[in-house]
Amino acid sequence: MKFGIAVFPGTWSDRDCAHWVELAGHDAVMLWHKDTDLQRVDCVILPGGFSYGDHLRTGAIARFAPLMNEVSAFAQDGGYVLGICNGFQILCEAGLLPGALARNSSLEFRCEPSWLRVETSSTAFTRGLEVGDVLQVPVSHGEGRYVADSATLDELERSHRVVFRYTAPDGGPVGDATPNGSMHDIAGIVSKAGNVAGMMPHPERACEPLLGGVDGNRILESLALLDVAGVA
Amino acid sequence: MSSYIADVTVMLKPVVNDPQGLVVRAGLEKLGFAGVNGVRVGKEIRIEIEAESTEQARTAVQEMSEKLLRNPVIEDYEIAIREAQRA
Repeated sequence: MKFGIAVFPGTWSDRDCAHWVELAGHDAVMLWHKDTDLQRVDCVILPGGFSYGDHLRTGAIARFAPLMNEVSAFAQDGGYVLGICNGFQILCEAGLLPGALARNSSLEFRCEPSWLRVETSSTAFTRGLEVGDVLQVPVSHGEGRYVADSATLDELERSHRVVFRYTAPDGGPVGDATPNGSMHDIAGIVSKAGNVAGMMPHPERACEPLLGGVDGNRILESLALLDVAGVA
Repeated sequence: MSSYIADVTVMLKPVVNDPQGLVVRAGLEKLGFAGVNGVRVGKEIRIEIEAESTEQARTAVQEMSEKLLRNPVIEDYEIAIREAQRA
């Protein structure tokens, strides 16, 4: 597959994401925030970082970048988009995903391992996984508390669009131990059409044993099951 | 054209938990201030703008607020506007 990796001023996980996809045998091209050509990629990754310094709000400025017009059009045509951390925040600001990411309830920047329970295997991002699988993937953010109104939360739950939930390492309830205080312990969600996903944890930082685990690769393995022929 | 100053106050919606406000409230209590029923922390954005009238300035700042200054999912905003003092 060919992955396009967005680079905004202040993005910091772009090279990590390129390493992640290349390690899995895919191609990576970098997409500059002023670009208006997505280079016929199969999937766009919006990586983590602090786009435009995260001034005003996380992702608030990045969503108006020229590249985001193309990413929105790509997403509306069914193209696959994965937002990680700041990328998730940008997708919410852009209205491509519902809800918002607010300041962690601890008020701390949390950089630590987290455990994610797979809540659905019927998305392109998790089809190689099973419901109940637990992935160890690190978080690294100060604003990751998922917030949405109750109607949106009901809709997400009813339509099985919560993709990952923070969990205890054994898959049990996480209690108050989420990294950020997210509503419904939400770590990642997917769009109604199923082609746009956002998650706060960093799968690209769990791609080699040296980094403490390889569970992040399971998401790429799922995406690799796609028949990308015909995707523009 | 006149100069106006618009103060846009952006606050988390009442239903959104505001951990900063809770910490400030606890701090105030620790300092001995009694009777504090609640604290919410928001931000103020001051905009200097040229416009034909207060209403025109307000309309412009309203549009800025809707498009960029607040996130409608979690934040409310209020605009206070006044004519700038001539130098």
